[in-house]
Amino acid sequence: MSSELIKKYFRYNRLPHIWCPGCGHGIILRSVVEAIDELGYSKDEVCVVSGIGCSSRAPGYLDFNTLHTTHGRALAFATGIKMANPNLKVIVITGDGDCTAIGGNHLIHAARRNIDITTIVFNNNIYGMTGGQYSPTTPQGEKGTTAPYGNIDKNFDLCELAKAAGATYVGRSTAYHAKLINKLVKAGMQNKGFSFIETVSVCPTYYGRKNKKGNAVNMMKFLKDNAVNVKAARALNDEQLKGKFLIGELYKSVEPEYTDEYKKIINSFQKER
Amino acid sequence: MEKKVKLMQGNEACVEGAIAAGMRFFAGYPITPSTEIAEFSAQKLPRVGGKFIQMEDEIASMAAIIGASLTGLKSMTATSGPGFSLKQENIGYASIAEVPCVIVNVQRGGPSTGLPTSPAQGDVMQARWGTHGDHPIIALTPSSVRETFDLTVKAFNLSERYRVPVVLLLDEVIAHMREKIEIPSKDEIEIINRKKPKVNIEDYKPYETDDSDLVPAMASYGEGYRFHVTGLVHDETGFPSNSPVVAEKLIRRLIDKIEVNKEDIILYEEYNLEDAEIAIVAYGSTARSAKSAIDMARDEGIKVGLFRPITIWPAADKIIEKLSKRVKTIIVVEMNLGQYVYEIERIASKNCSIKSYGRVNGELITPDEILDKIKEV
Ligand SMILES: Cc1ncc(C[n+]2csc(CCOP(=O)(O)OP(=O)(O)O)c2C)c(N)n1
Ligand code: SF4
Repeated sequence: MSSELIKKYFRYNRLPHIWCPGCGHGIILRSVVEAIDELGYSKDEVCVVSGIGCSSRAPGYLDFNTLHTTHGRALAFATGIKMANPNLKVIVITGDGDCTAIGGNHLIHAARRNIDITTIVFNNNIYGMTGGQYSPTTPQGEKGTTAPYGNIDKNFDLCELAKAAGATYVGRSTAYHAKLINKLVKAGMQNKGFSFIETVSVCPTYYGRKNKKGNAVNMMKFLKDNAVNVKAARALNDEQLKGKFLIGELYKSVEPEYTDEYKKIINSFQKER
Repeated sequence: MEKKVKLMQGNEACVEGAIAAGMRFFAGYPITPSTEIAEFSAQKLPRVGGKFIQMEDEIASMAAIIGASLTGLKSMTATSGPGFSLKQENIGYASIAEVPCVIVNVQRGGPSTGLPTSPAQGDVMQARWGTHGDHPIIALTPSSVRETFDLTVKAFNLSERYRVPVVLLLDEVIAHMREKIEIPSKDEIEIINRKKPKVNIEDYKPYETDDSDLVPAMASYGEGYRFHVTGLVHDETGFPSNSPVVAEKLIRRLIDKIEVNKEDIILYEEYNLEDAEIAIVAYGSTARSAKSAIDMARDEGIKVGLFRPITIWPAADKIIEKLSKRVKTIIVVEMNLGQYVYEIERIASKNCSIKSYGRVNGELITPDEILDKIKEV
């Protein structure tokens, strides 16, 4: 199955990828591609856009229309693409730093517009590409190369942020829960509007090493042990949920989509003519 | 489109020109004195099936027009001073990824928020060197409302032809001035569209150049050519490379594609230069004052003329060099404390003396002042 997918969707001559052994990004990418495959979209109608970071190298390996932009700006480039051709299925692949530090403004505004873009954040809680500095999702008290005494910044809950800004589909999964990524991406891409999917990744090279989280296997085990599905969580009390994080479909709503609304304006003039 | 005569502002003429040239996407963020360009675009684009979006900032606007251009629409953004500074990183992206687009910068007094509603010509160097690294750029500077229309069309044509970001460098005077202009009819306007690939999908290399013009053919997203675009140094396939050979080859080609096509790119105007002993170099609204000053000086028998760069980047170096061999002095008059004068010095200082006259108080340079300067030399 996996090798079939690689043949069909990956730019074979661009492999091997740059990711370290044990990095969670590859697992997530595979689930994303599987989801696109199962949706049956043609390679020509899919456009994958990214910013800068380890995660943002993903589009280069994929045989779709692909764009590797500037740090933090993927959503703004993607907005231009989607406006220019609303028939394209636009996916943004981004890192936690890319999406919510330098790109935070673009995230909230893309969500607010409810433009039909599916954003998948590979959240490894650190800046991987630049070597382990703390990011807006590094938990308080943990370390990065720029937080040698422990990070005092409060960290973002990415899903709450996206929901508050106006995203109409929000979900979270992890590199351990690959099947769930697949499900969320499929639902997100079918949602007519801004979809936000956080995938908790692992970066054993920096986050893991800096914070003594053990090897990649230990880090994956952490994801397995501490993620609780929203449905299961309903049966648990606060005590039982302490220190855990929720995964699954977190929010869904139906709102007018941006390019559709703009089309109505264009159409109003066509009638006039 | 019929030929029509209208009273129009520079900013409005810019939008009319853009739409005539085929602009179908505009992304922007309001800033004085460029705001009317966004407003007119918002009004007019949906009427021709085009699209307007007000983005959250200038960085996003620049990003959005690159995305839209790669998806096949002729795209433009407009801004002033501080917003132009914000766009610079993505202007570099458009340069290396060879994405046609037009960036209008209606200059205002700076630095920082400076003098928001006063004229200035302080972004001449930023237009050339604003983004990091060696990169190609073309910048055009109109001196009238009608010329703003024409040069906006030209800006799109050059950007499409050479796959390069083109800066339209206005100043506040031209942007806000109203003049009666005759808008040419459709068949009077030359329109150039990007070169499309002719090869099979499997053989398409997005950055391969066979032609002597050094410009690769360009597919759009969604057309069936699935290609990769990056701001990293890349080879002909579009994929990143760390090879010094690839890097040198790419950056040199980007610079050379403008260099070898200079004759097609460079526009200028000469006024009373045939017998001139003194040449004024001035552009934008300042060139209008310079013309009056020259008329006044000629009445007094002083042999002075004007060289007005219309394409301000790349500079008309060969022509300016020739001119510098004919005249005794060149006076560069600009609403800054000396920017373009550096370029003129580079080109001409071995042949004649060069003087600089500038001001930065937010007021126009008057013909009388220029006349005084002429009399000084
Ligand atoms: C304007 C700008 N600032 C900073 C950088 C340097 N930079 C490159 S990647 C990166 C952080 C990437 O972190 P993240 O988005 O979390 O992705 P990861 O590498 O962890 O997958 C930074 C700061 C840059 N390329 N551009
Ligand atoms: S540095 Fe971290 S995020 Fe980057 S490839 Fe290595 S493991 Fe993955």
